[in-house]
Amino acid sequence: MGKAQITTVTLAEWVVAAEALAAGDATLLSLWGADGAVQMALMDAGHGLRVLTLPTETTFPSVARHHAPAQRLERTMTDLYGLTPAATPDPRPWLDHGRWPMRHPLGAKGPVAPEPPYAFLPVEGESLHQVAVGPVHAGIIEPGHFRFTAQGETVVRLEQRLGYTHKGVDALMLGASLERGAQIAGRVSGDSAVAYQWGFARAVETALDASVPPRATALRAVMAELERLANHLGDIGAICNDAAFAMMLAHCGALREHTLRAVGLAFGHRFCRDCICPGGVARDLTTEGAGALRDLVAEVRAKFPALVALYDGTASLQDRTVATGTLSPALAARFGAGGYVGRASGRDFDTRRDLPYAPYDRLSFTVPTRAEGDVNARVWVRIHEVEQSLALLSQLLDTLPEGPIHAALRAPTEPSAALTLTEGFRGDILIWLAMDASGTITRCHLRDPSWFQWPLLEAVIDGNIIADFPLCNKSFNCSYSGVDL
Amino acid sequence: MRKLLMQGLGRRPLSETAPLATDAGIEELGRTLTQTLRRRLGRSLSIRVVDAGSCNGCELELNALANPFYDLERFGLHFVASPRHADVLMVTGPVTRNMREALERTHTAMPNPKWVIAVGDCARDGGCFKGSYAICGGVDAVIPVDLHIPGCPPTPTALLQGLIALMDRTNVPR
Repeated sequence: MGKAQITTVTLAEWVVAAEALAAGDATLLSLWGADGAVQMALMDAGHGLRVLTLPTETTFPSVARHHAPAQRLERTMTDLYGLTPAATPDPRPWLDHGRWPMRHPLGAKGPVAPEPPYAFLPVEGESLHQVAVGPVHAGIIEPGHFRFTAQGETVVRLEQRLGYTHKGVDALMLGASLERGAQIAGRVSGDSAVAYQWGFARAVETALDASVPPRATALRAVMAELERLANHLGDIGAICNDAAFAMMLAHCGALREHTLRAVGLAFGHRFCRDCICPGGVARDLTTEGAGALRDLVAEVRAKFPALVALYDGTASLQDRTVATGTLSPALAARFGAGGYVGRASGRDFDTRRDLPYAPYDRLSFTVPTRAEGDVNARVWVRIHEVEQSLALLSQLLDTLPEGPIHAALRAPTEPSAALTLTEGFRGDILIWLAMDASGTITRCHLRDPSWFQWPLLEAVIDGNIIADFPLCNKSFNCSYSGVDL
Repeated sequence: MRKLLMQGLGRRPLSETAPLATDAGIEELGRTLTQTLRRRLGRSLSIRVVDAGSCNGCELELNALANPFYDLERFGLHFVASPRHADVLMVTGPVTRNMREALERTHTAMPNPKWVIAVGDCARDGGCFKGSYAICGGVDAVIPVDLHIPGCPPTPTALLQGLIALMDRTNVPR
């Protein structure tokens, strides 16, 4: 992956970039506040990466005014830093629910002022009713609020309100050591612990121009593919369960449990928490561990095809998933939707292939895509990604290099910064890391793929019935903690 | 589907032959739990889970308790949707300020007697988010806690052991 080009821009150049996003000439990767500046990351059509820094203490030209995907990111900047986008289409708070001891915790901290109750978007029309769900949901899932407006059974608008799991990650990162930063990064979204820790480690290594031993990069990929495998297996079962087809959940759940046990045996933790650190990995793979992983790959290979056939051959299940929750390719491209959400709507992008990093640059795999964009398409993309992950695991285990698993990092001598994109199971995780000459973090911005997927979930539920919402929601499976931070 | 069902008929259930995550058997743990529940409560146990700002790691393992290996229901434990039906409240996360009221209201909605289990390292004292402006710093900063199950996240086996420990030390008026 080439290094991102980092430039300081003028107001006019900032606006030109926002217009380029609106015109579809570039994809918005993220937008965040910093000390005395706002920063934007974008990717051009040839996958070139740019980070723009606009110095400002108070206000900046709104990107969301031109390009809707920036909206929630801008509202977050206002909540955390007090930086206000000029002429924004949506000035409402996002993460700040009026419960923190101060306003703008990362900017000029202000006293809490009484806020009017959160104003949901107005809905007008005949015989509409509202259904309010959450933040505490019926099942064992993360908290968030969904406000449905329905006409009869049909949803005419869904509005999400998130921020309930906001833990203050950005503030905790300020002044943290790299070791502590890695620990926090691994706990941003628990189901993507490997991807986040890998992304964070890569950011440190890129900033310091460090190289990582080949065995370490291979083991990182082994962990990442196992994480993808476990999540996809669990979710394929859970999606079917939301269509009242519990048999798939039971079988997929058993394969997922096998996976987690093999991971636990191989790396000492069922989710590889803290197994990746800047410079390499913290746990080596023993012969016994590698054997357990080989057995796992063989078992999933043997059992998964029958489950795929069951999914494909059950008309009552297909009746629920086909043509439900359809995301148009235009919208997926506009929002730069990562992972299976984008790929099921024709967005052919995968950082492992398009912004390759070791060891994926030496491995062979394909990136499955579909054009339909419905729940069924997202299931199929995930089915094919399971197959690809199995193939990658076999390649990795067969070609595992010998040697050290960690290389000591040189001490930094000057302030540095880096941007990395790493493919988690949901899609590309962006990490922007800036540190001073002593290696202390001065800013770390972690952008989950869910930032651009949650708003699309609002779009795809339009015209579907409320009863299909769990199905649509599970087929997206966005992270709450990953975006609430 | 028929083929899979037929295979299922001829095969022992996963929940009995499963290799165990630790030396203590799931089966044995579950039996102990059932006996303790009978002795203490005289019936099965209903559990409500609230995520008060976790990273979703604890939820993954709580959900795993329902998979065929652990199959929590066979021991007389149910996850319920309403706090009105719950005996035990399991809480994950460092309790964010944004979730505080929702947690308090869920706890208030439960009938007596009720117990609270703080699940995971964050739920004890905020864990790795300790010191943040955005968290209350552990479940017992908001509601009384009867038991803490450590882990990041706790394994399904640790969760089962925690439930046994809770019932073991509890005296319920019959």
